[in-house]
Amino acid sequence: MENIMNLSAHLGDPGIVIAAYIAAAVLFILCLGGLSGQESAKRAVWYGIAGMALAVVAAVFSPGTGHLWLIVLMLVIGAGIGTVLAKRVQMTEMPQLVAALHSFVGLAAVFIGFNTHIELSRLSDLLALMADPAKMLADPAIAASIQAQVADLAGFALKLVQKTPLELSILRVETFLGVFIGAVTFTGSVIAFGKLAGKVDGKAKKLPGGHMLNAGAAILSLIMLIVYVQTASFWALAIMTLLAFFIGYHLIMGIGGADMPVVVSMLNSYSGWAASAIGFSLGNDLLIVTGALVGSSGAILSYIMCKAMNRSFISVILGGFGSTSGPAMEIEGEQIAIDADGVATALNDADSVIIVPGYGMAVAQAQQAVSELTRRLRAKGKTVRFAIHPVAGRLPGHMNVLLAEAKVPYDIVLEMDEINEDFPDTDVVIVIGSNDIVNPAAQEDPNSPIAGMPVLEVWKAKQVFVSKRGQGTGYSGIENPLFFKENTRMFYGDAKASIDSLNHLIG
Amino acid sequence: MKIGAPKEVLGGEARVAMTPDSALQLQKLGYECFIETGAGAAAGFSDESYKTAGVTVLDSAKALWGEVDVIAKVRPPVDTEVKLLTKGKTLISFFYPAQNTELLEAAKATGSNVIAMDMVPRISRAQKMDALSSMANIAGYRAVIEAGNNFGRFFTGQVTAAGKVPPAKVLIVGAGVAGLAAIGTATSLGAITYAFDVRPEVAEQIESMGAEFVYLDFEEQAQDGAATGGYAAPSSPEFREKQLEKFRELAPEMDIVITTALIPGRDAPKLWLKDMVEAMKPGSVVIDLAAERGGNCDLTVPDQKVVSDNGVTIVGYTDFPSRMASQSSTLYSTNIRHMMTDLTPGKDGQVVHNLEDDVIRGATVTFDGEITFPPPPPKVKAIAAQKPKEKAKELTPEERKAQEVAAFKEQTKTQVTLLGIGTLLLLLAGYYAPASFMSHFVVFMLSCFVGFQVIWNVSHSLHTPLMAVTNAVSGIIILGAVAQIGSTSWIIAILAALSVLISTINIVGGFLVTRRMLAMFQKS
Repeated sequence: MENIMNLSAHLGDPGIVIAAYIAAAVLFILCLGGLSGQESAKRAVWYGIAGMALAVVAAVFSPGTGHLWLIVLMLVIGAGIGTVLAKRVQMTEMPQLVAALHSFVGLAAVFIGFNTHIELSRLSDLLALMADPAKMLADPAIAASIQAQVADLAGFALKLVQKTPLELSILRVETFLGVFIGAVTFTGSVIAFGKLAGKVDGKAKKLPGGHMLNAGAAILSLIMLIVYVQTASFWALAIMTLLAFFIGYHLIMGIGGADMPVVVSMLNSYSGWAASAIGFSLGNDLLIVTGALVGSSGAILSYIMCKAMNRSFISVILGGFGSTSGPAMEIEGEQIAIDADGVATALNDADSVIIVPGYGMAVAQAQQAVSELTRRLRAKGKTVRFAIHPVAGRLPGHMNVLLAEAKVPYDIVLEMDEINEDFPDTDVVIVIGSNDIVNPAAQEDPNSPIAGMPVLEVWKAKQVFVSKRGQGTGYSGIENPLFFKENTRMFYGDAKASIDSLNHLIG
Repeated sequence: MKIGAPKEVLGGEARVAMTPDSALQLQKLGYECFIETGAGAAAGFSDESYKTAGVTVLDSAKALWGEVDVIAKVRPPVDTEVKLLTKGKTLISFFYPAQNTELLEAAKATGSNVIAMDMVPRISRAQKMDALSSMANIAGYRAVIEAGNNFGRFFTGQVTAAGKVPPAKVLIVGAGVAGLAAIGTATSLGAITYAFDVRPEVAEQIESMGAEFVYLDFEEQAQDGAATGGYAAPSSPEFREKQLEKFRELAPEMDIVITTALIPGRDAPKLWLKDMVEAMKPGSVVIDLAAERGGNCDLTVPDQKVVSDNGVTIVGYTDFPSRMASQSSTLYSTNIRHMMTDLTPGKDGQVVHNLEDDVIRGATVTFDGEITFPPPPPKVKAIAAQKPKEKAKELTPEERKAQEVAAFKEQTKTQVTLLGIGTLLLLLAGYYAPASFMSHFVVFMLSCFVGFQVIWNVSHSLHTPLMAVTNAVSGIIILGAVAQIGSTSWIIAILAALSVLISTINIVGGFLVTRRMLAMFQKS
């Protein structure tokens, strides 16, 4: 026994690998911290890349790693695919890409968890022998056989045999959790990808039974956990995986398109927790640290998004909009249309202009036209600014990225809290493809489903032009009294074509 | 179809219901436009300017009434005009059906359709055709100009080398459209303006125009304008007494008084009594915009300017809009044009008299040989019901301080509780779990903590890059796969290899896309 223990003592990761991991962890923290400003962010990405390179190199060259050729092959192929993906993706498709990448992390977590299980069951005989030190001490033949078998093991398997029975139980819990979170993340992200890419209907859909199905599946998974820890049965793990796949699928299917920013950041968080759980099962601190960083980052983003919509996280997860407490306020007045000439005249007369972009701008790919409009207006000496609501678009910060792509300088792109007070002093507001985030009902109508949600107070400006495809309601399906206000004019048509026609008339 | 405007018959009426501009717009709706020769002359629109706008000029009223299908007028038709109406023709003008029952009967008898511009319901959608408001706006402006014309002093206060001039004090009674227009004009001329209205909710509008709202300290009465479609309702005798008392108090100070108080369907209330006029300084001016309905002032003589014994000029003209014929014709013809737009949904020059429409129904007084007045109440309420106003209580510094202290204490309490519970849970876990687990757990907890601290500082605009980079970083799961790939079991090796592959896509794709995005952020 003592021999075995001595043998194990120097079989952990060597100091140099651990040092590399520590460096990588510090670099990751610096990388995330650097995102506090646009300029420092450019440097911060390099920290992240360096940290990742360091970690991978250390892992590959740490003792006990086999099949080097296979690793290199996979790295090369993966890097190739990743590069192509990153080069090809349109900035408007960012939400889909992010969702797709989340699903990869989830799937990897499932694979690795299963591997741990398989390795454990391969070693079950040996572990059973080792679990009984008394017998081992009594019979030198058994001790010799154990020693011989252990000597044959390398890498991960060697780590496993060093565990005490209690540690093995904990390992099973960790593996189980890793697979569970990974599986939920995987199917959830696949559905989120489908919804964002328009391949799956964006409306909230639930199977009969709704959330009771999810709750049932979760309870069943918990039972499977107990069974798995007791018996180490493969079936318990497999059934739970299927259940988790179902939960991920059903959970995200039940969430409407407008809540997508929350969903994407939530899945981001899950992918982190999955990595963390896998880190526990492998005893790898770097995985734990990184997973926790990603997990908390996603959690904070979800919190910010929920707060921006004045909804609790629970109600987003439960899907659908909160129930209303009474009939919505009657809207009176009418939507008055205006043509490009009218808008151009107003813009030519205006001193200060605020543009409020939304998902519609992304759909119409109008960001270049908007940027051109901004350039022309600024060239005429007008103050042009952008007001970005935290949940505009389908991804946190989506609008900022699109505008940046179109070369709109970031210092005129402001957040809701920075610009909301300036609307009363603004001559013209142009709302492009946003609806709920500029809905005055949130403040005026206590019965509105979005009552209390912070909104951009565009109606306080002298004139508001709304560029919109037609007289439809927003994603939440509620009427927007803004369109009926006296100082609002509707500028119907495809956002890109509309803004292009303005560009011809200005400058 | 054909639309035309005759010359107004009533003496002194200078307005015209169609201008060259409005004719152009009507032609866009598909109408052929006609005008009686000289109809626009008094308002400054020559026959030539109409011809340039594509309007056919006809020689006589008779020819015009015979030619066109839709007649647009300003004043209600006189008897001779009613005789020219025939079945199927549509007349659009002011009509005052409540006061002109005989005229209404006569119009009905002809079988023609009459749309009364004064009956357009006061709902937001109909504001563009609310001719009463547009005329009242002009009347309010003109009232101040007329007052200035009769007032021997400056409006604005001046300190000049030749001495100091005090500013004029103007009181405006009734803050409807005319009242508000008068307030705006008077303040922009530099006068100190006071305004009174029985509806407390207009106080805000009055103040927004730059006048001071004359508060009446009266408990019981608080009229809600929403109930009466935005108009004032008669007030109780007690309220009236209180009101008059206030006016009596103000009268000696005021240089100019403009009264605009009207209650729908009633004679104008007497608000500026004889004794108040007597209390005013000589040279002061009273403009009574309610003169047509008897006047708000005791001494008003409709259509005349009189001077009281103590030298106060009282103007009782009833034709203020007509005195600014060019402006009022432009606005009125636009109101008519908007009405035609609503009547022509197809923009094909065909009138569709849709009696389901609240606005058209409300304004139609005779239709197809029937009297359709009074109309049923409109489906949409004009103004949203008043919400009880909650006023945030002003906090004294002490109270605010106490509140802050309480909030701080509350915060400390929750933090300490959370920390306490967390510590307990940790201790509990530590009691059962082996040391090897706890050492990883400590790392986990600390990382979560660092993560929370770091991510809060990430700027809003970089949330998408943040997601992309955390995505790349979560590819760190590759370490797990690399550790397992060396296994002697082929299935483990394959699964691990797949994991390496997809995590690599994640890492490379995530970082590259982040770099691509960040490179786009540029400062101006």
